[in-house]
Amino acid sequence: MPITYLLILSSMLFSIGVYGVLARQNAVLILLSIELMLNAVNINLVAFSAMFGAEGVAGQVFALFIIAVAAAEVGVGLAIVILIFRNRSNVDVDEMSLMKW
Amino acid sequence: MVDTWQLVVFWALFAMMGVSALRVVTSSNVVHAALYLVVTLMGAAALYVLLLAEFVAWVQVLVYVGAIIVLMLFGLMLTRAPIGKGMFDNDQRLVAAVTAGALFGVTTWIIVDAFEGQKITLSKATGIRAESIGDVIFSSFVLPFEVISMLLLAALIGAVVIARRD
Repeated sequence: MPITYLLILSSMLFSIGVYGVLARQNAVLILLSIELMLNAVNINLVAFSAMFGAEGVAGQVFALFIIAVAAAEVGVGLAIVILIFRNRSNVDVDEMSLMKW
Repeated sequence: MVDTWQLVVFWALFAMMGVSALRVVTSSNVVHAALYLVVTLMGAAALYVLLLAEFVAWVQVLVYVGAIIVLMLFGLMLTRAPIGKGMFDNDQRLVAAVTAGALFGVTTWIIVDAFEGQKITLSKATGIRAESIGDVIFSSFVLPFEVISMLLLAALIGAVVIARRD
């Protein structure tokens, strides 16, 4: 299997994630798009790990590390979103302009 | 023969993940967006199985589909996200589409330029089993592993402190 196919799939998912982050307004939906982007990176790592055969085990290890970091990121991100919802009773990022100069 | 079937499965997964990822960022129903993300993530897990990365595939299913999506659905319900048409997109949709399209074009061009002709050969001998991943994590990567565990602990405590009602 040519490796370019996998890398193009990954760049497609990453671009869709970028679109989601830029175009969405709800903070939770932006977190969903970030998950898409992290997943694209994981596909890249596993694809290169497969290309190098048994020597590419580090690629899979780092894919696992990224999954763990993504879990931590979602936990803290949702805690912040819930705190904002409690204070302002909506989570639209366009209206969170308190710290904008 | 095996190679042909790998390509058939790959293109099926490609189509499935592309369509569901687009639905994640365009759906006007938030719960549907989260469930389409499940389809995308399961497609990625199937792709890892296709690439003989079985351990990563199962971690993907357990952590992403089992934990992160459930957390997202809880987040959507707790913030009482309204369900309806066009309530979640802001007015920079066109700019966002142009940016994402340009990014996709440039990265695809670079990828084809740099990696054209390189192939992945998949066979039973090249598959990486959970055993060797464990070996590597607890020998060469033991420090990053411990750092990750500290990070998860900090995220756990941080999430409780931030979201606590006091």
